[in-house]
Amino acid sequence: MRSADRGRAGPGAAGPGSADSGRAGPAPTGARGDGPGLTDAGFANSGAADSGRAGPALAAPPAIGRDPTGLGVARAVGFVAPALLLIGLFLVFPALWTLYIGITDYQLTGPAAASPSVVGADNFTTALDDPLFTNSLWLTALFVLGSAVVGQNALGFALAWLLRRVRPGLRRTAEGFVLLAWILPGPVVAYLWFAVLSRDGGTLGLLLDRPGTAWLVEYPMACLVVFNTWRGTAFSMLLYTSALAVVPPSHLETARLAGAGGWQTVRDVVFPHIRGHVLTNTLLISLWTANDFTPFLLTAGGPNHGSEVLPVLIYRQALEGGRLGYASAVSALLLLGNLVVALVYLRLLRRRA
Amino acid sequence: MRRTTVVLLSVAGLLAGCLGQDREADPTRNADAKDITLTLTANAVAGGKNAAGAEWITNWVIPRFTEAQRAKGVNATVRFEQNGAGDEDYKTKVALDFKTGGGGDVVELDGIWLGEFAQAGHVKPLDEVVGGAEVDAWDGWGRIPDAVQGLGEFEGRRYGVPMGTDGRVLFYNKELFARAGLPTDWQPRSWDDVLATATRLKALPGVWPLQLNAGTAMGEATTMQGVLPALAGTGALVHDNGKWQGATAAVKDVLGLYQRIYRDGLGDPVLQQEAKGRERSFELFAEDRIGILLEGDYFWRSVVEPRNGVAKMADRDTTVGWALIPARAPGTGVGGQDFVSMSGGGVRVVNPNTRYPGQAWEFLRFLNSAEAVKSSLSGRAQITQRTDVNEEVLAGDPMLGFVAQRVLPITRYRPGLADYPKVSAALQQATADVVAGRSPDDAARSYQEALVKAVGEDSVAVG
Repeated sequence: MRSADRGRAGPGAAGPGSADSGRAGPAPTGARGDGPGLTDAGFANSGAADSGRAGPALAAPPAIGRDPTGLGVARAVGFVAPALLLIGLFLVFPALWTLYIGITDYQLTGPAAASPSVVGADNFTTALDDPLFTNSLWLTALFVLGSAVVGQNALGFALAWLLRRVRPGLRRTAEGFVLLAWILPGPVVAYLWFAVLSRDGGTLGLLLDRPGTAWLVEYPMACLVVFNTWRGTAFSMLLYTSALAVVPPSHLETARLAGAGGWQTVRDVVFPHIRGHVLTNTLLISLWTANDFTPFLLTAGGPNHGSEVLPVLIYRQALEGGRLGYASAVSALLLLGNLVVALVYLRLLRRRA
Repeated sequence: MRRTTVVLLSVAGLLAGCLGQDREADPTRNADAKDITLTLTANAVAGGKNAAGAEWITNWVIPRFTEAQRAKGVNATVRFEQNGAGDEDYKTKVALDFKTGGGGDVVELDGIWLGEFAQAGHVKPLDEVVGGAEVDAWDGWGRIPDAVQGLGEFEGRRYGVPMGTDGRVLFYNKELFARAGLPTDWQPRSWDDVLATATRLKALPGVWPLQLNAGTAMGEATTMQGVLPALAGTGALVHDNGKWQGATAAVKDVLGLYQRIYRDGLGDPVLQQEAKGRERSFELFAEDRIGILLEGDYFWRSVVEPRNGVAKMADRDTTVGWALIPARAPGTGVGGQDFVSMSGGGVRVVNPNTRYPGQAWEFLRFLNSAEAVKSSLSGRAQITQRTDVNEEVLAGDPMLGFVAQRVLPITRYRPGLADYPKVSAALQQATADVVAGRSPDDAARSYQEALVKAVGEDSVAVG
């Protein structure tokens, strides 16, 4: 959207080479953020040159008609059919299958495995009445709020903000380490964390001079929140790093001249610019965290269901308990929860637009 | 649209394929095949879980069996599907295999799963799969005691051949006993005896006197190595006269025992709640940091075993002692016994979906021949299914000889019913509640509720 605007704004509003085009409207200010190393002195000229070059490529929008590609309906369907088939097979069918299983008493073994019967909404009402389910729901909310909405967001933004003026070499190194937490395989990471949190000579116990503390047993949810914040921060950091590039330096400069402090600048200058990014980021990391199974590797849901977030509950009910029907109903409820969260965010995003 | 029809048809096909498939077993299928492929599925893996078993299958079973088949003019290929998973995960995998019509031709199962698998139609009686006459003709049955054969039976029909059995005892650390001034030749007569000894051990720094498996993290180990032996000590069986033990006096007694152990500082409550608590308890025992541990003879054979154990004890033979599990008080055990135990064991079944039922049965007989069973031990002692092999191999191992002579006559087996895993899970939860600090009465009340929900009020005994 933004580059198309710029393309049209360039030649249309002022014409290539015009010294005014740099100041013509909001669009070129966006262009300015995209180009690294632009100084204020060179701004007017290079901004104009950019928009001039972008102009012709997008100047003639494609004619919009009933058959924009000129393929004909049959061939167009032929082109999208493989994609639709894959989506149907790997996304739509499993989802429908989960819903179907969720209304049966399907089990892995025993008589109900041989001839499952449809029990309607029983599984759903059982779940809503099950203290284990409400426990998991609450823990999942805690997990998402603590580690995604607050933890990853805050830490990711802080890193992006602090690293923005650091020497590139140092910044890349720091970013590399943060990324490492994100890209290492879950079991490897879980193993490392066991070593840190172990009751016998674990690093954390030694550092805090509290040897013999079973962190994962005594503070399971706190451990999971810290763990997931640590593990998932890379995404927020990367997203905010690029988001911060859209904040016009002139605004920051103005804020600085007006005597705004760091926090004031972030709140009144930076945040309004990146609000969309914040919402998108929060939506994504919330959904990922809500569906995250890594807690199982650390605590297996224990002690005594103390860290049994919904994905772990689903796994334990389905595979350890063999109650596939019930677990499917719970995962359908989790899906519903995801949809509600997504809708709320989309609402917020639209209000901004 | 046509495309919609195709999609709907394929979805319907998948649905049908996933649910209602029930193939007829045909014992004569491929009876004369000259080229056969058989797969053996076991929860054993080279360099990992049950490594010795995996090695035996790879280096002894497969070459010997193929050789024997070649002598008969049959070109046999035997594959070994290795697994190195936790018991519950392995069970899930095998159940899914059976459900989708796959899986090995001969599959190793825990005997306790047989009932659920049979009711689900995953496994079928041997006479249906390979033919009644064929099964009865095997001379090996005469070598397997009836109680052990029961491991492979469900509702009076044979589903598989047992792979051996085991027994549970109290293992104790003689060195710690000596340090605490206790006799190293120990045999408690009652629960109070055990607790009194544990209280003496408490004087040793850095030592937990007694661990009795508890909680949900340990899964079936809690039931088998904790609740059920204790329950048997009160004179009750978990399933009796068609009913499961609800919040009965016996169950409350057992939970009371847990409370005395974990709330009086005799056992480590945190350990029971850790995700890998059982493995940890093995390590701690091997490090002389646990005094008394209730475990099966597996602990002796594969855990503290000096050469190949997962928590090796170089001085196992001199340091580790064993004693019968006492009833709550003399004579209060199940059947009026003074001492009690629980046993289990594995079973090998023939997959009803096998393409070569006759050959799979032949393979199964081969696996259970005296020669094969003896070779599977490769010098180590273990209680096998065959009496002829046991007489030979157990003589050299005092601990296993003890189990065979003293424990097996008084032991009990778990009920092979499909509801058992749910009851077991509820019992695990009840012990977890007590360890976490709830009172036995309170935990028993929740247990009763969970049980009624799981198996129905009519199947629960109270009072």
